[in-house]
Amino acid sequence: MQKDTFSPTHAVSVPHPAEHGNGKDLDASPPDMEVEIRIRDLCLYYGSKQALYDIDMDIERGKVTAYIGPSGCGKSTLLRCLNRLNDLVDGVTISGSINLGGTEILDKTLDVTELRKKVGMVFQKPNPFPKTIYENVAYGPRILGISQKSRLDEIVENSLKDAALWNEAKDRLHDNALALSGGQHQRLCIARTIAVEPEVVLMDEPCSALDPIATAKIEELIHELKQDYTIVIVTHNMQQAARVSDYTAFMYLGKMIEFGETEKLFTTPEKKETEDYITGRFG
Amino acid sequence: MPLHTDRQYEEELQQLRAKVLEMGGLVEKQIGDAITSLTERNSELAQETIERDHMVNYLDVDIDETGVRLLALHQPAARDLRFVMTSMKIATDLERIGDIAQNVCERVLELNEEPPPRYVDIPRMADWARSMLRDSLDAFVHEDTELALQVCQRDDFIDDLTAQLFSQMLARMAQEPETVARSTRILFLAKYLERIADHATNIGEMVIYMAKGKSIRHVSPLPSSV
Repeated sequence: MQKDTFSPTHAVSVPHPAEHGNGKDLDASPPDMEVEIRIRDLCLYYGSKQALYDIDMDIERGKVTAYIGPSGCGKSTLLRCLNRLNDLVDGVTISGSINLGGTEILDKTLDVTELRKKVGMVFQKPNPFPKTIYENVAYGPRILGISQKSRLDEIVENSLKDAALWNEAKDRLHDNALALSGGQHQRLCIARTIAVEPEVVLMDEPCSALDPIATAKIEELIHELKQDYTIVIVTHNMQQAARVSDYTAFMYLGKMIEFGETEKLFTTPEKKETEDYITGRFG
Repeated sequence: MPLHTDRQYEEELQQLRAKVLEMGGLVEKQIGDAITSLTERNSELAQETIERDHMVNYLDVDIDETGVRLLALHQPAARDLRFVMTSMKIATDLERIGDIAQNVCERVLELNEEPPPRYVDIPRMADWARSMLRDSLDAFVHEDTELALQVCQRDDFIDDLTAQLFSQMLARMAQEPETVARSTRILFLAKYLERIADHATNIGEMVIYMAKGKSIRHVSPLPSSV
């Protein structure tokens, strides 16, 4: 396999769904796969400590890709590379390449605000603004210059509908968002993220602060959202990764140990480290 | 292989394994006694074997419940998931083999009411089926995929013996119509033994799935290695 087509050491290319089956070669990148984000040779250092080692992976458009692994394995660091959030951390050095639709994300001259419009993020702890529900969702579009009331109304309604919050919020759009429940906060944050029509939505443990019902609603929402967005999710909950994602990457000590179809990874993983982690034989 | 961090989970998986092995041992005994009751015309042993079938049924239900509990409470993945699925499927096959042992004994009781028949290839088929069952269970214990594959490959031989015996019995029934009832029972016995081999084959296939994550079910011809 040629280096420039894919995968040196730690990663396995995303297999084509039609090739799913036993004994199939998972190392060949299918020619018709629509790659949204192409990561190559990505290394990241916090000061002198290396946190990511030679990450290579293709993230498919319109699919959910989950990162799993023990605490400190680098999954959130990797996720934050995708919208340059690590820029905010002192002493970070990044090398390699992350290509989003022909644009090199790691290019120092890139307009990061423009990037983050394309690559939205939902955090572990819902963080709505202390404003009304309407203003939370309209905030991003306003910054992008949309001021026409009817257009903003439309965006707010569509975003809340896409985030499965419209029915609960439509009669209280001008109430303070902080009055909503934790699960509703998170769906509001998702609505706020998709209001600016990103291409990719990053989710960093979006359900870890939510109860099982609110979690189920977010998971259902992820299924809906992937029709329109590429989703990358970090989760500590392996069952959640198994339920919501199409592809799963297992990371350990900053390395991508295994990356492939979720169903395969959870039933017949190829690497012993993956097997030990997902079966709870770790540490 | 390292143990699970969750010791309760590890213990429950070991319990499931122990139950499958207990059931396997019991079913081997059931088949062994059924065959002995046939070759030795021992109606008493046949009756005892029939009466022990409820123990096989009990273990079948017990293994199912243990498997469902593990699935619901621990959500096993990868090797553990394949182990739980395999255990539950093997239990189903073993339960059927237990039923077949009972069927063999019922025919033995009927045949023992009549003059001793010529059993032709029945003892040979019985040995073959029993060895397939024993090896399939050994393959499960040792996760020996090569042995499991051999079990699957050996199924054709017993199929051939059954077909051969069928022709012989047909010819005899034509020549000696008074043997029709007896010959029909012998044919039933042949079919039972052939079914045991089929169930042993299923177990072999599941062992390969459990150990390697590969399915060779309904694959023809069988692979030469796994």
